[in-house]
Amino acid sequence: MAAPTINASTPATTPAGATTITMAKALNQGIRAAMEANPKVIVMGEDVGKLGGVFRITDGLQKDFGEQRVLDTPLAESGIIGTAVGLAIRGFRPVCEIQFDGFVFPAFDQIVSQVAKLHYRSQGKVKVPIVIRIPFGGGIGAVEHHSESPESYFAHTAGLKVVSCSNPVDAYWMIQQAVECDDPVVFFEPKGRYYEKAVLDTSVAPPPLFSTRVLRPGTHATLASYGPSIRTCLAAANAAATDGIELEVIDLRTLSPLDLPPVFDSVRRTGHLVVVSESPSESSITSEVAARVQQECFYSLEAPVLRVNGFDTPYPPTKLEDEFLPDLDRVLHAVDRSLAW
Amino acid sequence: MSSAEHWTPDRPAGPPSATAATPTTEQVIAGLRATSEGGADLVQLLTPEGERVTHPDFDIDISPEELRSLYRDMVLVRRADREANALQRQGQLGIWVPLLGQEAAQVGAGRAMRPLDMAFPSYREHGVAWCRGIPPQDLLGIFRTTDHGTWDPIATRFNLYTIVIGNQVLNAAGYAMGQRFEGKVGDDDGEATICFFGDGATSQGDVHEGFVWSAVYDAPLVLFCQNNQWAISEPTERQSRLPLYQRARGYGFPGIRVDGNDVLACLAVTRWALDECRHGNGPVLIEAFTYRMDAHTTTDDPTRYRLSDEVEAWKLKDPIERVRVHLSRNGLADSAFFDQIQAESDALAADLREFCVNMPDPGPERIFSNVYAEPSPVLDAQRDEYLEYVSGFEGSEH
Repeated sequence: MAAPTINASTPATTPAGATTITMAKALNQGIRAAMEANPKVIVMGEDVGKLGGVFRITDGLQKDFGEQRVLDTPLAESGIIGTAVGLAIRGFRPVCEIQFDGFVFPAFDQIVSQVAKLHYRSQGKVKVPIVIRIPFGGGIGAVEHHSESPESYFAHTAGLKVVSCSNPVDAYWMIQQAVECDDPVVFFEPKGRYYEKAVLDTSVAPPPLFSTRVLRPGTHATLASYGPSIRTCLAAANAAATDGIELEVIDLRTLSPLDLPPVFDSVRRTGHLVVVSESPSESSITSEVAARVQQECFYSLEAPVLRVNGFDTPYPPTKLEDEFLPDLDRVLHAVDRSLAW
Repeated sequence: MSSAEHWTPDRPAGPPSATAATPTTEQVIAGLRATSEGGADLVQLLTPEGERVTHPDFDIDISPEELRSLYRDMVLVRRADREANALQRQGQLGIWVPLLGQEAAQVGAGRAMRPLDMAFPSYREHGVAWCRGIPPQDLLGIFRTTDHGTWDPIATRFNLYTIVIGNQVLNAAGYAMGQRFEGKVGDDDGEATICFFGDGATSQGDVHEGFVWSAVYDAPLVLFCQNNQWAISEPTERQSRLPLYQRARGYGFPGIRVDGNDVLACLAVTRWALDECRHGNGPVLIEAFTYRMDAHTTTDDPTRYRLSDEVEAWKLKDPIERVRVHLSRNGLADSAFFDQIQAESDALAADLREFCVNMPDPGPERIFSNVYAEPSPVLDAQRDEYLEYVSGFEGSEH
């Protein structure tokens, strides 16, 4: 496995054709490339046009592609998704932005009742190639409803695919792959990592969208995570290495469908698994990973699968979010518990 | 055909005249009662007694042949509806959603559509389906619970039934926006979309949002509300103080109330509205003022919430009878014609019954099919595991 380039500081030498880029810019370039590749791709959302989105992910797209391909929509999330369904039936490929994680719920009905079920209901006669981009997760000191991790609701819904990028390189490729996918994809972007940088070399082909990747090889225990917590896990692995403990770090990348064979392979080698996510733990992605790993790797496990999540509470006032969010110490504490089991 | 002003209620501007006493709040509300028929605002071209009348904004030039054909459609649609209702009573369908009483609204609107126009139904639009060339047989699977709809929404330009109340209004707005974005709007060759929903749906947020979206994007969308007076047990007053067609004004587009039991008026108004939309003047709201003569569904018992007097009064406004009377009285159809339609409807009912009782049950593999457009190894594995489990019972008693 090649050394990961994510979240690394700019290397002294940059490969020809490669650029150092933030995740925000990588997403912007990825969406731009998707729009250039297919005139049926349109961008919809609140403030995505003139303003370029509150996080500037769609910056400059309306200027270059026009108001019929980058729509500043009325302020109504169900409307964004509900009209995207009609546009998809018409043959468009809408890329919808939900401004913040906590604002997706007015659209939940359309997502669950129409987006997820239309292909099944029509027995394949109607495709719904919609991408629903949701900036998610905490760590930005925001007010209520701006720091949530609602991915489990969507992973629970058959008919949807759910992915999350953890770094600029994945962001650039995964958003394009999501647009090309004929199924609806809920695309979770770790907003707290939007301005972190990495080297993007577009001459290197990306892995498939719905695939899990080992980011750092290790032998003593496995950390599996996704989105904003990947950086935390890599930092934990660096810290553990100074104590001679080698942690394998796995970026799930795809939350539905899960691609767990790389996790099974890893756990069969390490015997220890800690699953990390900012979302509350109950009935979450981490529960699902734990359940599947105990079923597949029962005799390889040296300890129960442990989880480090946000607590089973509403997202707290953000003066307390450093307590709520899994951090390096909580991850290492779980690793210690597992290894000492 | 119509002036742009017709939708502006012809009421004096400004405060009440000095001679009139200022109305009380109760009087204002009473004057706006959602269930009043709308008086002069109700577009009607054929009275319940079968008399052809004119309307200053809407009229229609219709041949005897076309009138007979509208009559035929309504009779066949009603016959299929009654047969399906009976099939449910006999245990052949899990549930049926009757359209009895709404034949004129649906056939009028459905026949106003051109081949490239798109329709988004709710779940009672059996008459519109008929007009789109979808035979009633194709509707049965939903109600025999063998499928969720078998017709091709793209090829027929008739979306699958939408059961979540109001969802389809946003879907239709999006589709109509797409027609505009593709440059298919703006002249007489343009395309338009029509969306069907009921009086109950008008309380849904999605319907409000659909009105907003279609308005701000100038979408070529006809919003066709069949006000059949009842949302299961709740009367229209529970949904609105204002006659529903008047809501359009707040969104900035025309709203027209049509006699929903008058197939000519429904055809004329919907044809006009679709033409407005294809020329780029959409959206338009139509409130077809009609009545649900039967239960909400076969699981419902309307005697618990409405008086038979009301039903009896609406029987006198029957959508089919008025056309029959008009055809007979004016010598536009003879008894041989009516006999022929009767025979045709009996044959349709027999075919429908035959088809229904012979419908195969889906196999368990259907559970897993087409969840995703792209291959799904995870579901394939789940399916294979289940089918293997099921196959273990082959030859056993259970």
